Amino acid sequence: MFLLWIAIGSIIMMFAGLTSAYIVRRMQGNWEAYQLPTIFWISSGVLILSSICLFVASANYKRNNYSTYRNFLGITLLLGIVFCVLQYKGWQALMNVGILLSDQTPSGAFLYVISGLHATHVLGGIVFLLIFWIKSFKLPYPQEYPNLGIDILSTYWHFIGILWLYLFGFFMYYQ
Amino acid sequence: MANMHQDTLHNDLSHDVIHHDADHHEEGHGHHKESFITKYIFSQDHKMISKQFLITGIVWSLIGVFFSVLFRFQLGWPDESFPLLEMFLGGWAKGGKLDPQFYYALVTMHGTIMVFFVLTAGLSGTFSNLLIPLQIGARDMAAPFLNMLSYWFFFTASVLLFISLFLQTGPAAGGWTVYPPLSALPQANIGSGTGMTLWLLSMAVFVVSSLLGSLNYIATILNMRTKGMTMMRMPLTMWAFFFTAILGVLSFPVLLSGALLLIFDRSLGTNFYLSDIYIAGQQFTNSAGELVQGGSPILFQHLFWFLGHPEVYIIILPAMGMVSEILAANCRKPIFGYSAMVLSILAITVLAFLVWAHHMFMSGMNPFVGSIFVLFTLLIAVPSAIKVFNWIGTMWRANINYTPATLFAVGFVSMFISGGLTGIFLGNSTLDIPLHDTYFVTAHFHIVMAMAGGFGMLAGIYHWFPKMWKGRQMNDTMGAIHFWVTFVGSYCIFWPMHYLGMTGVPRRYYTDEYFNTFNMYENLNVFISVSAIIVFAAQLLFVINFFYSAFKGKKMTTENPFNYNTLEWTTPIEPGHGNWEGAIPAVHRGPYEYYKDGHDFIPQTTPDSALK
Repeated sequence: MFLLWIAIGSIIMMFAGLTSAYIVRRMQGNWEAYQLPTIFWISSGVLILSSICLFVASANYKRNNYSTYRNFLGITLLLGIVFCVLQYKGWQALMNVGILLSDQTPSGAFLYVISGLHATHVLGGIVFLLIFWIKSFKLPYPQEYPNLGIDILSTYWHFIGILWLYLFGFFMYYQ
Repeated sequence: MANMHQDTLHNDLSHDVIHHDADHHEEGHGHHKESFITKYIFSQDHKMISKQFLITGIVWSLIGVFFSVLFRFQLGWPDESFPLLEMFLGGWAKGGKLDPQFYYALVTMHGTIMVFFVLTAGLSGTFSNLLIPLQIGARDMAAPFLNMLSYWFFFTASVLLFISLFLQTGPAAGGWTVYPPLSALPQANIGSGTGMTLWLLSMAVFVVSSLLGSLNYIATILNMRTKGMTMMRMPLTMWAFFFTAILGVLSFPVLLSGALLLIFDRSLGTNFYLSDIYIAGQQFTNSAGELVQGGSPILFQHLFWFLGHPEVYIIILPAMGMVSEILAANCRKPIFGYSAMVLSILAITVLAFLVWAHHMFMSGMNPFVGSIFVLFTLLIAVPSAIKVFNWIGTMWRANINYTPATLFAVGFVSMFISGGLTGIFLGNSTLDIPLHDTYFVTAHFHIVMAMAGGFGMLAGIYHWFPKMWKGRQMNDTMGAIHFWVTFVGSYCIFWPMHYLGMTGVPRRYYTDEYFNTFNMYENLNVFISVSAIIVFAAQLLFVINFFYSAFKGKKMTTENPFNYNTLEWTTPIEPGHGNWEGAIPAVHRGPYEYYKDGHDFIPQTTPDSALK
């Protein structure tokens, strides 16, 4: 658990590096403004919803309601996948209006790299969720630290959600 | 006196053990069956992992230092030809002269290998792994499996970089700082081709290794100290490794960001760092056929140096910690100003993040911004000077026990002072403008970072060698010869470089003979090259000593023959996985209680009641 907090600090530094690079670069001019497609609003909502579901799942797990836990965990997993698909659709929508990865100005490139890196972290979380979901069919089984796994999973997933909300607000503000 | 004391100590130990094994993982007793693979290859024992780091580091340091000898041949004797070189290097040294392209590759690889693979992984990886559990009283790291992964990621990074040495187009050749646009354009330079791709991949894997290691070091130091081991009772090595790990966790991800953008520029046609590029008179165009515009190569410098500057403290802090420990233990005196030492490490850690732009005074930054970075840079002199005074205060009127480790620790202090003083020159932007990219800079960072870091590492190896190799010690005579040749030789190499740099001789040039301004230093260059060869030979002596002693060295007969205070000397002579056979000893005092109240030394495990 403690290791995870330090790892989160490290992930924050990586995104801080990228977003500050973005600000510095944007101030130098020659920057093509973009309009975020509405699809990113939907994907943000989906991610918030998934966090709420995971919260409910975790609470049920601790009350030993394993079947409710399993169902909400499954919904979280599903919403996570939906989020990734929506992000992909969002990138496609941006491509269609001419914001390209390789272009005269790097605004698009920054957007794709930063949100892509975030999506990679979401994919990591999805793998994590999938493992927990498969394991949930075997519950209850003896564990040394029964709450540790779900706590780590929740912290990571909520962190990824908050990180996206930060990035989303960041992109809205610094178009 | 000492003997009597040992006896009381053993009595105390048997009464005063703490039964908190159950807090830690259960397998920590060395009784479980280990096959060859789990013991020597995929080991999760921190002591074995530290040996793996050390051996890999020694192999890399031999390669890295040998590269510097090769390019010193070129710099010392630019007109001579060495048929031997052609025999070994083939096309890279046609007619016995180094190819200019290969010269740049050698310089780049020397920097990369020494900074990242030897002085980061080899130094911090080895000693953080070995000492953290032993000195705080833990059975192993907080996450032994991640620790094992950390080594194997490092190994993968090593393999990737090693492969790049044998490419037909050679390894990366754009300098160890890999500034774009040179490094971003494969068509700009053959060294920016596949070699550069492998460099970036290797670095990305290396960052993962370093992060996994650092996470473990922080978690272990904060959570797994034995009973009584408060933070302010930890040996200074622990403080140094702790802050080193914090620096690593916060700065390496930013390098990863920078490298990621560079990978995108190279492979996916983005232009984060590229703008208005002409190669051989041709416009560099994107897929749409337009001139690439809009990127900023300075951005890479910011991202790179935001890691790059903390990186030099990642190298020097562990060396500082080990030197403090070795000096106090062998001067038989308490370290002078323990809490001042801790606070100065903290100050250096904080300031390390605020000075990166002093590497970039010449990049066209606003002079007012530059002056702020000058201020922070010069502020670092304050905690550094505190540390130097404290080391000298520790040695002052002490009855010093001159083991090879002590010699190297004293050598470290000397190097750190000489190199630190030239740092004050370079930290001023006004002086940096004429001196930047000259041999003055090369001399400065080699003395203060490379030599001091290397001396710290060697001191650590000599001091803790018995803890790694079943209680065997290294040969002191060979160690002393190794020290004196290395110490005098290092000054002979780098001192003259200051004079070269003051007259403006630029670093990284293949040859100076075509420039009338600085082609009069031939003899000086020969002198530097000869010194470099002698120092390299002395390192071979060290390697012989190392491997001979590992198998045939004199064995310790008791647990603590040198009468040291810290916990690693309470473990058995050949500690198993789990370190202590019985319970972990509890700690009752700080680590530096030497020559106190009529006692020569008081181990940390001694309770006050045993002293009466």
